[in-house]
Amino acid sequence: MSRADKIDVKNLSVYYGNDPAVKNISILIPEKKATALIGPSGCGKSTFLRTINRMNDLIPGARIEGNVLVDGQDIYDPKADVVEIRTRVGMVFQRPNPFPKSIFENVAYGPRRHGNNRKADLEEIVEKSLTEAALWGEVKDRLNDFALDLSGGQQQRLCIARALAIQPEVLLMDEPASALDPISTAKVEDLIDELKKDYTIVIVTHNMQQAARVSDKTAFFLSGELIEFDETSKIFTNPQDKRTEDYITGRFG
Amino acid sequence: MTKAAKEKLAFQLLTIASVMVLIPTVGIIVYIVIKGLPAINWSFLTEPPRNMMTEGGIYPAIMGTLYLVLGTIAIALPLGVGAAIYLNEYAGTSRMRRLVHLAIVNLAGVPSVVYGLFGLGFFVIVLGFGRSLIAGSLTLAIMILPVIITTTEEALKSVPNSYREASLALGATKWQTVRNAVLPSATPGIITGTILGIGRAAGETAPILFTVAAFYLPSIPKSIFDQAMALPYHLYILVTEVPNVPEETKFGTALVLLTLVVGLNLVAVLIRTRTRRRSY
Repeated sequence: MSRADKIDVKNLSVYYGNDPAVKNISILIPEKKATALIGPSGCGKSTFLRTINRMNDLIPGARIEGNVLVDGQDIYDPKADVVEIRTRVGMVFQRPNPFPKSIFENVAYGPRRHGNNRKADLEEIVEKSLTEAALWGEVKDRLNDFALDLSGGQQQRLCIARALAIQPEVLLMDEPASALDPISTAKVEDLIDELKKDYTIVIVTHNMQQAARVSDKTAFFLSGELIEFDETSKIFTNPQDKRTEDYITGRFG
Repeated sequence: MTKAAKEKLAFQLLTIASVMVLIPTVGIIVYIVIKGLPAINWSFLTEPPRNMMTEGGIYPAIMGTLYLVLGTIAIALPLGVGAAIYLNEYAGTSRMRRLVHLAIVNLAGVPSVVYGLFGLGFFVIVLGFGRSLIAGSLTLAIMILPVIITTTEEALKSVPNSYREASLALGATKWQTVRNAVLPSATPGIITGTILGIGRAAGETAPILFTVAAFYLPSIPKSIFDQAMALPYHLYILVTEVPNVPEETKFGTALVLLTLVVGLNLVAVLIRTRTRRRSY
């Protein structure tokens, strides 16, 4: 693993019951770049994404084999602290899921849970996170408004701000724009472009153009297997595998 | 019969059914109010019964019921909510969970007089509390536990899983997640369940019959080991045990009890509708 690699996945398989959802995947995800995971529905890309911050732990009957290393540390080591892992590896979900609290309290949620309750600190974190998520200008005068009154696109950027507030190193995004309209989608994509300067981003997307626009590297999944992983430009112009080519040219999926 | 005629008949039958349900509810309330209202005045609410209960008020019974309700909630709320949180958030699909569920379902089906006998046997005699507020409150608490546990569980289930995921993904612990992301959304439902439980505890006679209720005790209880009068039991003795009690005193007592229970239920309904409007 070179210094530029943030996440090192070795021979990872994920089972739900007896069925493998992800089969023997090895992949090196580069630091401070955006990596897109593409593939048809049910190909295991979301399952794979959720292993990187152990969100699969929440699914009864889910079981993994292999190793996932973040900065060389095995996050599935029995001694690993899952709370600490999720602090370093943040996540943004498919549907915007702000808490039914104020805009301010949504962003302050993470820092508060990690013991920071000083008002001045929180105010600073909230402003910084909302600015990073390109939402500050729209909400700065109504931080105490109910978060669920925001538009869907604003809610999703709020969720990104909420994830950024605990200063993660990695940001996992599970189809973050799939529930949004085209204008909101464009804003989220611009945001990802901006964020990858400071964060390692792994994004699952169904939208091929989106993968091409925002990512530096692209991984193509099919039936739980990693078929091809390369520079995004290469995947989209000169794929090595016939199945990758078929998928990105729209012949199936 | 044509489709249209069947439709009309079904509509009419269902309308009649719903009206029939309404009649006894309204009937009871109107009857009690008309017969009981003349008895209601300040001294009726603030004075103890006098002259073999044929005169005076029902103050000790009101206070007794109030104390009992407070004691019951103090015991049943933490226990019930705690159990529901464990069952819904921690237990997964374990055997423990199924076992506790089975216990709850059975507990809910037990007739209230059986709770009374159990309370007498266990709290009054075995634990030696005697007939006391604490024995009565414990008995009532066990009786309303199923109500509180099931409504709390429903409230917890209605909290979207996405809140839990969001919280855990921010590096919150399980308890922090329950405390800060789940409970705030479930609180209105928990309050509703608690109030329904209170309503039931305030109105039941059988569980307090052998465990706490005093026939006549003009003073207000001073400790949890004192006996107390209570509205449902007081009404029962006014009707069956004491001669020459004026009709309006009986109905006045019934009206106070009814107002208390219906009032609590109304509060529960209000909380439920208010929060339904706020959450979407």
